[in-house]
Amino acid sequence: MKDYNFAYLDEQTKRMIRRALLKALAVPGYQVPFASREMPMPYGWGTGGVQVTAACLTPGDRLKVIDQGADDTTNAVSIRRFFQRTANVEVTERTAEATVIQTRHRIPEVPLTEGQILVYQVPIPEPLRFLEPRETETRKMHELEEYGLMHVKLYEDIARHGEIATSYAYPVKVEGRYVMDPSPIPKFDNPRLGGNPAIQLFGAGREARIYALPPYSEVVSLDFEDHPFVASKADHCCDLCGSGRSYLDEVITDDQGSRMFVCSDTDYCASRQAEGHRGRLSPERVA
Amino acid sequence: MYVAVKGGERAIDAAHDWLAEERRGDLSVPELSIAQIREQMALAVNRVMAEGSLYDPDLAALAIKQARGDLIEAVFLIRAYRTTLPRVGASRPVETAAMAVDRRVSATFKDLPGGQVLGPTFDYTHRLLDFSLMAEGEAPSSSIHEERTGGAPEPVPHVTGLLDRDGLIEQALPDDTPPRDLTREPLELPASRALRLQALARADEGFTLSLAYSTQRGYGRTHAFVGELRIGRVAVEIDLPELGFAVEIGEIELTECETVNQFKGSKTEPPQFTRGYGLVMGQSERKAISMSLVDRALRWQELGEDFIGAPAQDEEFVLSHCDNIQATGFLEHIKLPHYVDFQAELELVRRLRREAMAAQEAAQ
Repeated sequence: MKDYNFAYLDEQTKRMIRRALLKALAVPGYQVPFASREMPMPYGWGTGGVQVTAACLTPGDRLKVIDQGADDTTNAVSIRRFFQRTANVEVTERTAEATVIQTRHRIPEVPLTEGQILVYQVPIPEPLRFLEPRETETRKMHELEEYGLMHVKLYEDIARHGEIATSYAYPVKVEGRYVMDPSPIPKFDNPRLGGNPAIQLFGAGREARIYALPPYSEVVSLDFEDHPFVASKADHCCDLCGSGRSYLDEVITDDQGSRMFVCSDTDYCASRQAEGHRGRLSPERVA
Repeated sequence: MYVAVKGGERAIDAAHDWLAEERRGDLSVPELSIAQIREQMALAVNRVMAEGSLYDPDLAALAIKQARGDLIEAVFLIRAYRTTLPRVGASRPVETAAMAVDRRVSATFKDLPGGQVLGPTFDYTHRLLDFSLMAEGEAPSSSIHEERTGGAPEPVPHVTGLLDRDGLIEQALPDDTPPRDLTREPLELPASRALRLQALARADEGFTLSLAYSTQRGYGRTHAFVGELRIGRVAVEIDLPELGFAVEIGEIELTECETVNQFKGSKTEPPQFTRGYGLVMGQSERKAISMSLVDRALRWQELGEDFIGAPAQDEEFVLSHCDNIQATGFLEHIKLPHYVDFQAELELVRRLRREAMAAQEAAQ
């Protein structure tokens, strides 16, 4: 496709985004405003992530795109195709082989390594947004490190429910400074945000914000000493690969209440099955 | 039995094929041409140009055709195209006082220099379905067009300028600061009036209309009169540095509305009329009037009025929610998969219910 520049965006725009990325990496967890462009997919479909990926891609990259942990969900397919078409880069479903991974709502199960870039799609970058709707106010709160409101909210959760009633987009504190929204990943994924050897970049297109976690950043999920953070998941093993350590999707299999649990990370699950691991409902067992 | 959902790629292709078929509709009905849409759906074309922020009637017509008449989808197509265009330069400010007007009405003066020109308006039509259009007969030809284009246009001074001479209306002091470009820089608040107007000019017509309407019903009332509403063509000029002067590169159609607002004075300002301003590409009166009401409501701080908490007074609220492409994207994205988050919520609700039930049983 010659009508558009490599990876769709023009070089000036990429430069603008790269500047925002560098600033974001220099101030981990801080939301950098950037001049988000209108992309050929709708806001809410990952325009922030797509712009960040476009600014990071080089012709030698190998791209993986996942949505809900899966490579074959329609929007992942659509974004992967977009970059195949506009950047003609190699694509892969293997986490370990990818140099750039764009994701929505998950961190891959396979540990990332140095040199890899994980790009998150972010709907609402502001962790304080649902406590205070005004951007002018929340920016001030970050400036002053005024996070009392967030702690009160978490405390009220415990008082009412006996635990912190946030199961995804669970807020974290980065390098002891900024409270950050890790995007709507399940809190099961939170422990892998910190100390991660990969570069983690977050792009929010509609809200025009970029933020980042440099490799090996300190990232702490907010909690209290007497109510420590717990990374939870469904209390089952994967019915296809038998893994007891991966995040699971629940799939309803009939109208009688039967259900099965499968890895949300399709690459992880398929690799395990290829290695011979089997779960409760693996085809050859059922047959 | 669960089979891993492969085939997203095939599903997308099939959906696109089906969409293309639906777009075309019944093959026995002749296909619409771009020229037909441009000429006969002109107000839809205008809306797409205005909210798409790109003055190109042919491309707007194409977008409407491709979007099956969904105007927000058409605006989106135009926006996505526009963002890839290089900026050749900036035009000089257009001079709306030199507009070749097709329509110009003032609600504040019965007659005025330049006259009242009704122009092509629905205002006094009776809204009765015209079944002769259904019969698709050729419309009777009219001599209006020749009359209109004959002769040099008479100058049409702005009504607010006439009021200004008597010191009855707030002064609009010229400001040569280049406005920031909303499409090239992130929006930062508080915004200048120029930036607010820029955002409103491309804002959703329905949203702007409802906000303006809310001010009329008391949510931030600003007592507006339409000082003047004009529609017509203006020349667009750009400076060519090599030549040292400006050259005309074309004409665009604009709708401009200036409201004159009652104002009894405030802590900081004497009693005088105040202004609201609206400028929209193409013929879009509803949008231009709405815009000028919202503009005026947003100026409470500058004029020393009280903030009464009305949505139309709230800059952050208005500017954050007026863009229909942002709004529709974020709204519709909730139909994308959220299995992972929903699963996390399921676990949480199950756990909380278990605990609540156990507590209930213990209490009994």
